[in-house]
Amino acid sequence: MVVAAISLVTGTLRLYWAWLNGTRLRVYSSGRVCSHPAGGAATKQARIASPVFRQTYTLLALLAFTTTSFAATLAPDAVDIMHHRYEGGGMEIDGPSVLVRKSIGTQVSVTGHYYIDSISAASVDVIALGSSEYTEERTEISGGIDYLHEKTIMSMGYTNSSENDYEANTLYFSVSQDFFGDLTTLTLGYARGWDDVGQRGQPESEWEEADRHNYKIGVSQVITRNMLMGLDIDVITDEGKLENPYRRNRYVDASATAGYSFQNELYPDTRTSTAAALRVMYYLPYRASLKADYRFFRDTWGIQAHTVGAGYTHTFGDHWKADIHYRYYTQDQADFYADLFPFQNSQTHLARDKELSQYAGSTVGLGASYELKQGVIPGIDRLLFSVLLDRLDFSYDNFRDLTQTGHAVGEEPLYAFDALVSRISLILEY
Amino acid sequence: MHAFKLPGIAMVLVLLAGCSGIEPWVKPYERDNLADPIMSLSRHGYADTYMHHVYQAREAARGAEGGTGGGCGCN
Repeated sequence: MVVAAISLVTGTLRLYWAWLNGTRLRVYSSGRVCSHPAGGAATKQARIASPVFRQTYTLLALLAFTTTSFAATLAPDAVDIMHHRYEGGGMEIDGPSVLVRKSIGTQVSVTGHYYIDSISAASVDVIALGSSEYTEERTEISGGIDYLHEKTIMSMGYTNSSENDYEANTLYFSVSQDFFGDLTTLTLGYARGWDDVGQRGQPESEWEEADRHNYKIGVSQVITRNMLMGLDIDVITDEGKLENPYRRNRYVDASATAGYSFQNELYPDTRTSTAAALRVMYYLPYRASLKADYRFFRDTWGIQAHTVGAGYTHTFGDHWKADIHYRYYTQDQADFYADLFPFQNSQTHLARDKELSQYAGSTVGLGASYELKQGVIPGIDRLLFSVLLDRLDFSYDNFRDLTQTGHAVGEEPLYAFDALVSRISLILEY
Repeated sequence: MHAFKLPGIAMVLVLLAGCSGIEPWVKPYERDNLADPIMSLSRHGYADTYMHHVYQAREAARGAEGGTGGGCGCN
């Protein structure tokens, strides 16, 4: 029954996609798309910080790609250039991103995206295991095509993400359709991912596989002349090598000098998660906007999470805009997580990856952008230059910092870290 | 179980699409505010998508980051 239902969605309608990653492209009154293509895959930073979940990055990022298109109107031709930098928790990650969108005729638009993560890693996970800082790089290349037919946009695309110990390939399809006098937009999407997971220095013939499926549905609804609402639901399934090959969990070992020893992580071979998010935006009479969102998440590993956010955008004249936003995230631990296991192989599945622990995180973000409209720069319909800064704080409830010595086993200080994320973005529509 | 619910919702919405005779309660000429770029969920393009990756790397939750909102449907 379940399979049949899924097949109906994916096969018959060739569904699903678009929605995601903050991208609903929408049209200006002039018929111009307001937001921009997005793409990209598993960031290396993500992989290092939380390799458990890296399998899904490419998948999710591809969804972002699709969201670029808005039903009944193709996104405008544009070049989207960004430099990103993440610094915190012993990690430094930066690199460029270049995305180009070009229309072919009136019904087809193609995109290409190139993205790099350059990483220097000395996180608590690396140091606690006695490893030294290392550097590496991830390169991602994506391509996509959108086809417009009346009030429908069909999209598909492909992404390859490559690094010295991980290879990810993802294919996606999506359909977006306007209904009810264009007050409602429904988007359905499906993505399929094939990953090869290895370790540095390991022959590729010994790498293991991880397969992923992502089913998405999204609805955007005009509520009033000043209010919009959106609902997104994602179901993601993973199967294969889901452990982080670089992480270890620890167990009590009286014979060890430290009082504990490490052993390999051992996760279930499958994971299925469901996420549902509701977003609301409201236009204020002095040309400002408010937004608020909530997301509920749960998976078959016993993790349940809540995310709430709020933001405000203010305009200063015709060219300048400022953004401020806040985000709070909290999650329970996975069923098989423990900071310290009582003895070796004490249970079937074992994890001490801090992303599977119980913790909370918050973000405060500020942004400023400068915009020029058509006619100012020859050949450029619109320019948007933005500088964005976010400060992240994470505090763990049951993940202890093993780099802090002089404490009894299991009584080390709880781990916490903060990070600064900066982005410089230039978007040129032509 | 979850996978079943999702396509079910999709089917209902697709069927509802057949009800195309509904009169829009916000007319196209009333959508100027909704069409303003400040009502876009992803005004900064890929820079916004990038933040989703930052979170996906450090949090167990994934999916539904998206942008169902934004825009006016005033094409």
